[in-house]
Amino acid sequence: MLYVVLWAFVKAAVLMLGVVLPAAAVLSWVERKMSAVIQDRIGPNRANIGPITAWGLFHPIADGIKMLFKEDFVPKSADRLLFTLAPMISFTPPLLVFAAIPFGPPIGGETWLSVSDTQMGVLFILAIGSMGIYGHTLAGWSSGNKFSLLGGLRTSAQLFSYEVALTFSLLGVFMVYGTIAPVRMVELQSHMWGGWFPNWGVFTQPLAFILFLAASIAETKRAPFDLPEADSEIIAGYSTEYSSMRFAMFFLSEFTAIVVVAAFGAILFLGGWHVPFLKSDAWWAYALQVAAFLGKVGFLVYVQMLLRWTVPRMRYDQVMHLGWKILLPFGLTNLVVTAIVVAWVR
Amino acid sequence: MAATVKKLDSPEMNIGERLFLFEIIKGMLTTNRHFWRNWFRRKDTVTLEYPEVKRPYPARWRGLHRLMKREDGSVRCVACMMCSTNCPANCITIVAGEHPDPKIEKYPVSFDIDLLKCIYCGYCEEACPCDAIRLDSGTHTAPDYTRRSLIAHKDEMLARGGPSIAKQGGRSL
Repeated sequence: MLYVVLWAFVKAAVLMLGVVLPAAAVLSWVERKMSAVIQDRIGPNRANIGPITAWGLFHPIADGIKMLFKEDFVPKSADRLLFTLAPMISFTPPLLVFAAIPFGPPIGGETWLSVSDTQMGVLFILAIGSMGIYGHTLAGWSSGNKFSLLGGLRTSAQLFSYEVALTFSLLGVFMVYGTIAPVRMVELQSHMWGGWFPNWGVFTQPLAFILFLAASIAETKRAPFDLPEADSEIIAGYSTEYSSMRFAMFFLSEFTAIVVVAAFGAILFLGGWHVPFLKSDAWWAYALQVAAFLGKVGFLVYVQMLLRWTVPRMRYDQVMHLGWKILLPFGLTNLVVTAIVVAWVR
Repeated sequence: MAATVKKLDSPEMNIGERLFLFEIIKGMLTTNRHFWRNWFRRKDTVTLEYPEVKRPYPARWRGLHRLMKREDGSVRCVACMMCSTNCPANCITIVAGEHPDPKIEKYPVSFDIDLLKCIYCGYCEEACPCDAIRLDSGTHTAPDYTRRSLIAHKDEMLARGGPSIAKQGGRSL
């Protein structure tokens, strides 16, 4: 028992410190660079170690150092305890979610490449993933600033309208696979239709994929759904009063959430680590599959970034309208149609 | 008088546009095109990387002041105080002294411009009858740490200066 716990702990530590946090840091560079290049600018390219600039890849390090040395300010009217706690609460859930995400196939029946191969995987991801909202809402509440409060309220209202649509979009997927264990889901997607067409979730549940993307981007609180921190309306929403590393934690939690959504989407809809026509048990096959998974995650991250720098922010009532009146009915329709088809096929 | 209200109908959207999905994908394809065009070749990029690459200033751009010289290299300024009188920011301080040459009445012993006060309006060069002060050096004020170091003195402005072919005192008799 102790062995199992320790082993999971080691895997989690390697995953967090080796993959997720560096990915989140690099994403802050990706975001800046990509927005610049899309807008015909050059973007960050100045931070350097000696003569090496590496396309500005040192900027996240410089940002991190800067953040650590900034003044850690707490407003007089803030609730000190909650104000301190809020960034941690918002930062932990996106990291926890990775525990249930398998990065590669089970090797010899043992799940080396996921922290925990739980049968409840997807439920766990959904449940924990939406916990981060507590952090943002508490941050808005405890800052003692009306703009922050508005941001916090918007966060929670947005969560209510999108969590429902998100879950309904996924119910169809659960029905098709008949399981909610991530590893099993990917194995089911690894079959080929007629021997040549991958049986990925995007192809069996295209509508659900679109609904999932829309709803999950709303959950990561990024444009076009970045109402909680709408800069032009409420300064920076819940993070208005935050500075230093506490602000950086909100920042990192946002970028981690992007990776979470991408990984989740890759498992549910893009066949996880499945590489078509790969039938081999050699070590390079496993490496290729992990690389394929990371590539799919990268692709979904790219799509999210592209969307964020393409579409303007929606008005608040439009966001609510989209959540309750468009995504939810479409999700329900998808659910009913999928149910009928699944019952008919079996 | 009753206001006339003109009602404009926004163009009707067809079903494909009302779905927004395809329009958003079209928009994403545009940003995607810009991304890949600029990522490898910087095809549409218009940014100049400032300290290394500088965009040339237009010919009439007003920058740091310079004091022009006579043919013998001495300062053209005759300390007539026209510029300091005309200066809306009151940034020019001239101390006049008697010139050894009896044909030239005065010369500036010191000629200081407080660059933090100066608004670079160019009224001093308009007022100058001798073409002694100009703002056409094409450089701007460098930032510095002290107020004292941001007062331009006669010799540094003279160092930026050059010979002028204008007649001293404007129209000659």
